Amino acid sequence: MNAYDEERLAELIRALPLPPEGWVRAAQELPFARRQLDDIVARAEADLEFRRALVADLEEALRAEGYEPGTLPLEELRRRLDG
Amino acid sequence: MELASLPDARLVARCRSGDEDAWRELVSRFSRYVYAICSQAFRLRQDDAEDVFQEVFARAYEHLERLRDDEAIRPWIGQLTRRLCIDRHRAGGREELSGDEPAPPGLDETMERLDDAFAVHEALATLPENCREILDRFFAQDESYQTIGAALDIPAGTIASRISRCLGKLREAFEGRKPSAEPSG
Repeated sequence: MNAYDEERLAELIRALPLPPEGWVRAAQELPFARRQLDDIVARAEADLEFRRALVADLEEALRAEGYEPGTLPLEELRRRLDG
Repeated sequence: MELASLPDARLVARCRSGDEDAWRELVSRFSRYVYAICSQAFRLRQDDAEDVFQEVFARAYEHLERLRDDEAIRPWIGQLTRRLCIDRHRAGGREELSGDEPAPPGLDETMERLDDAFAVHEALATLPENCREILDRFFAQDESYQTIGAALDIPAGTIASRISRCLGKLREAFEGRKPSAEPSG
């Protein structure tokens, strides 16, 4: 490793470009998304009407309740609602 | 100590204790590496790469307690990314090869290069902000002298010499680094 000259160092800086900003933001907001997920599942268990709406049209039902579907792990939510 | 300068092990410990700022820093610290494995080592299509990228961090978040050695977070995330890329590759997510090929040719060499690149970026993170910024903008973000000069409010004509000086500092910092930890977890 110590033999790397400055040209090689430059090449290695270049080897790790930034990922799209939205990908990073979504991953960074994972803890918040998880809390929302738990909240939605808990509400669905307590409120049959809400649960039916989620099963019928997940994204629309979430929007109607003020959630932003694009920020939530929807596949996991579907699995938990099915389970 | 700022989160950005925390050693990996201490950052992982803070994530495990529920510190969400630490989690954001962890994602920031490893996001380029995960992205590069998906896009360069496995050449996944952009939508597949995004799915794998999100899945890597979702699993890392869920299973952080399984990591046996907190210092080994980088190889752990590397292996996790590699496994998920292989799954995606088998499902036919690559642009150029069919889904039944076991792994892309030259995978080990590419992974080795990305590990070296990660080590260089770690050394880069120890440099003064002006050097970090100018080297990252020029080499990783492919910005022109003019763009960099305007963004950093410095004369474009001095950028080449600044890059050269900063590369010298980077070399010194890189040569002072210890080798990275082996995989764990």
